[in-house]
Amino acid sequence: MIIGAGQAGAQAVDTLRREGYTGRLVLVGAETELPYQRPPLSKKYLAGELAEERLWFRHRAFYEEHHTELRLGVRATQLDTASRRVLLEDGVAIAYDRLLLCLGASSRRLTCPGADLAGVHYLRDLGDAERLRAEIRPGAKLVIVGGGYIGLETAATCRHLGCEVTVLEMGDRLMARVVAPSVSKYFAEQHAAHGIRVICDARVAALEGDTRVRRVRCADGSVHDADFVVVGIGALATSALAQTAGLACDNGIVVDEFCRTSDAAVFAAGDCTNHPSPHYGRRVRLESVDNAFEQAKTAAQNLLGRGVIHDRIPWFWSDQLDNKLLIVGLSQGHDRIVLRGEPASRSFSVCYLADRELLAVEAINHSKDYMAARKLIAERVKMNLDKLADPSVALKEAV
Amino acid sequence: MPRIVFVEPSGEIWEVEAPIGISVMEAAKRRGVAGVVAQCGGACACATCHVYVDAAWLAKLPPPEDMEQGMLESAWEPRSNSRLSCQITVTAKLDGLRLTVPERQG
Repeated sequence: MIIGAGQAGAQAVDTLRREGYTGRLVLVGAETELPYQRPPLSKKYLAGELAEERLWFRHRAFYEEHHTELRLGVRATQLDTASRRVLLEDGVAIAYDRLLLCLGASSRRLTCPGADLAGVHYLRDLGDAERLRAEIRPGAKLVIVGGGYIGLETAATCRHLGCEVTVLEMGDRLMARVVAPSVSKYFAEQHAAHGIRVICDARVAALEGDTRVRRVRCADGSVHDADFVVVGIGALATSALAQTAGLACDNGIVVDEFCRTSDAAVFAAGDCTNHPSPHYGRRVRLESVDNAFEQAKTAAQNLLGRGVIHDRIPWFWSDQLDNKLLIVGLSQGHDRIVLRGEPASRSFSVCYLADRELLAVEAINHSKDYMAARKLIAERVKMNLDKLADPSVALKEAV
Repeated sequence: MPRIVFVEPSGEIWEVEAPIGISVMEAAKRRGVAGVVAQCGGACACATCHVYVDAAWLAKLPPPEDMEQGMLESAWEPRSNSRLSCQITVTAKLDGLRLTVPERQG
């Protein structure tokens, strides 16, 4: 039985059947739609360039052919690991031999006064995207709270559709948690050049309005008029079901390298997990398509007793305006940052190293460095610093 | 509707009906062609929908853009006829397009 029908849940179905599992397979999902891709929700889908069915990982026939019972639009409300039963909100109880939790993550909520006014949006699922899309029209004033991936991708899409967009970031630069200062600066300039107002060090004090939100008030007294607001201030692992059941949780459901939780019959995969990264030698929780996909694959194999270790170099991407940001690796613990190329050229990369070993690369419109870095990081290659700083030397040759 | 042929490393051959306007990668995924992984869903960010284009068809495809070319350089065993299937849009002219799936993706 799999709870959670997102990227990880859908992938687990695929892997379980490919690996020869022939027993009963139930996939439970809180949303009514077939499992679908979330990344386009802030990009092409929001822009109206992609029909809903093009978001689906698989068509309905796939689940039928693979004898998968889909229970969509129903939440799992209780997990009893002693009797190995899951209670669904429609009152149905399902017994399992093995359980895989792919619960995902949910949007962190704004808690200031007015946060629950109509016209305040989050962007996590198709329903969110539909509601947001209904607000978008040329000339509409959009205030975005949070200058991270979701906020900036939404800003870019809504600007493209003619909205007047202001981005309020609490920190002193954009995407501070995930990119280098030079990359933040580049993207701030790109957004500004497209007519998006980017304001950093902005602390939102209140959302104000009447029947719906009309403006956003900041702690410094500044006021920003808004026809609608999008909040993108991070996500929290969805782990209440696991926590209530007594499974070990700590910023996500704690799993080992085999994707096992603290209960031998329960596994977990995707954004909801706090898992070891053997490569980086520490525990991580990742919000990433690649991790959801690969961890679910590994978990599915291990549900069948294969004993496979989940050890990936994580990667991420973001499309903003006409820029593609590609990130591979985790930069924490670096002792050096090397810039390759000039931001003004619109194609450059930032390399993070520890003792000359490449930890992570942020590549802006530079797929060559990104792809080369995936191998160099995995193989723990020691880099040549002089060659590395010379963008005319290919990254894979800078060793 | 155009038909696209995928040859899997196992030798299994798929003839997939592909609506005009979607990507060749999407056509493969819909039918469950195993070797086309396409983790990123067509964003040109992962190089896991890599295919080899049959020689007869190579010149009939619009050439890859820089982003795709850069991805392909470090894909698994790239060849001169390598492409990312997410970057090829199905058109009427591609009816019969024949692609071979590499043994691995990434």
